[in-house]
Amino acid sequence: MARSGLAAVLPPLFGISALVLIWALVARGSDYLPGPGSTLTSAIELFSDPFYRKGPNDQGIGWNLLASLSRVAQGFGLAALVGIPLGFVLGRFTMISRAFQPIVSLLRPVSPLAWLPIGLAVFQAANPAAIFTIFICSIWPMLLNTALGVASVPQDYLNVARVLRLSEWTVFTRILLPASIPYVLTGAKLALGIAWLSIVASEMLTGGVGIGFWLWDEWNNLNMEHILIAIVVIGVVGLAIEQGMNLVAKRFDYRSN
Amino acid sequence: MTAYLEIDNVSVVFKARGQSFVAVQEVDIKVDQGEFVTIIGHSGCGKSTVLNVIAGLVEPARGGAVLAGREIDGPSPERAVVFQNHSLLPWLTCFGNVHLAVERVFGAKESKAQLAERTNAALALVGLTHAKAKRPNEISGGMKQRVGIARALAMEPKVLLMDEPFGALDALTRANLQDALMDIQAKSRNTVVMITHDVDEAVLLSDRVVMMTNGPAATVGEVLSIDLPRPRHRLQLATDPRYHALRADILRFLHERQGHPIAV
Ligand SMILES: Nc1ncnc2c1ncn2[C@@H]1O[C@H](COP(=O)(O)OP(=O)(O)OP(=O)(O)O)[C@@H](O)[C@H]1O
Ligand SMILES: [Mg+2]
Repeated sequence: MARSGLAAVLPPLFGISALVLIWALVARGSDYLPGPGSTLTSAIELFSDPFYRKGPNDQGIGWNLLASLSRVAQGFGLAALVGIPLGFVLGRFTMISRAFQPIVSLLRPVSPLAWLPIGLAVFQAANPAAIFTIFICSIWPMLLNTALGVASVPQDYLNVARVLRLSEWTVFTRILLPASIPYVLTGAKLALGIAWLSIVASEMLTGGVGIGFWLWDEWNNLNMEHILIAIVVIGVVGLAIEQGMNLVAKRFDYRSN
Repeated sequence: MTAYLEIDNVSVVFKARGQSFVAVQEVDIKVDQGEFVTIIGHSGCGKSTVLNVIAGLVEPARGGAVLAGREIDGPSPERAVVFQNHSLLPWLTCFGNVHLAVERVFGAKESKAQLAERTNAALALVGLTHAKAKRPNEISGGMKQRVGIARALAMEPKVLLMDEPFGALDALTRANLQDALMDIQAKSRNTVVMITHDVDEAVLLSDRVVMMTNGPAATVGEVLSIDLPRPRHRLQLATDPRYHALRADILRFLHERQGHPIAV
């Protein structure tokens, strides 16, 4: 018990220590990369007051983070609202799926940032354009995974439904929905991952408040400590989102409880 | 005089990759009310296809089936199916699986308490009251099959269709379930059409055995009446010469007249 606990904690601890050590060594020989020490000091200072406001372009890192998260939540929420029901329709009705297939295949590989100008042109404002970008990039994984989940519901279950002559609504709530929830949640997890990747990039381009913009702003200020802190913060938040989704997926997957 | 269930001159054609494949041809089977009929034949000959025609899951190219004077046209809860691989919904408990069927069949005219009572009674019938709160992945293969049978029986179908219900089970479990099924049949004489590839099972359970020829274009080769008295006990039958004679009849059909399909 104690040994396995140790075995779980020691290797990651070792990995992180090694990374910090290499970082310290590299920083010593470089005149622009700050070392772990000065970055830590800067981080403590930064996080001692994360929620200050000194004008529209100078706000605490907490506000920036919240702004980004809120954009992701809005874009992702809209994408779920559209993508999941559409995925159910595509998975259930082959003909509709065939009609949509070429559109999806064509648009899915497009980088979300390519949509940013369209968002800016349509909405004439940075914030909705960024949300639109998140919407576009997170809709594909949700749509495709939901459709896959519905299409791969075992024929046996559908035969049960046919013998019972269940209504389409009952088939949906009692069979299709529970059977495809694991797929839907996988899609949501992928979508959130992509959304978090894209928000940083699109905020760099749109400006305003947001962790991506903040990072870009610190580059303009040549504050390398803050850039490193931003990278770690983005990573930690991304990890937290992923772990949270894993928990949700575990909670709702009929195979795990 | 027409039978309770009548499969009349049924042919089924499957279309796969542009080719049509005659799976079964001109199948005639008559089943009386309360009769237990098994269909036996080599793997792939078309047993499931015939059963699925009765279930309404497969549409015949020619011919048709009539149950209690009504032409069969699509699936219906009056023809409950116990599937080859149990087909329980994994996100529902045993109770939930049976209740889904009960709710569909009786939900319009009965109270919630009555529906729950029906569900509990069906689970009790197959001896699974203790496992009703468990999910399918928490119970053994034999128990899953029992839930499948409970689900079908709870629907009070006009005919119970079973597609190799015990095929995937070990010999001991299979024997237990066969005995349980005979007990249930002794109490409530359901009309049953069951598929099997087990000769002993066919003789033990059936009133008549329908033997199918090999596919493609499989059809009914022979029908054998099993006039052994009931209740039947497997140990007594083991030394009964009539049992062995019937068994030998089926074996002769399967292995002499139909040979092994791979050798054909
Ligand atoms: N949906 C389908 N499309 C095309 N061919 C099919 C289809 N279903 C069954 N067949 C073919 O019809 C024939 C009979 O199949 P069926 O499943 O009825 O056999 P079976 O006697 O039940 O076999 P087993 O004992 O292995 O279950 C087989 O050759 C099979 O390949
Ligand atoms: Mg079969």
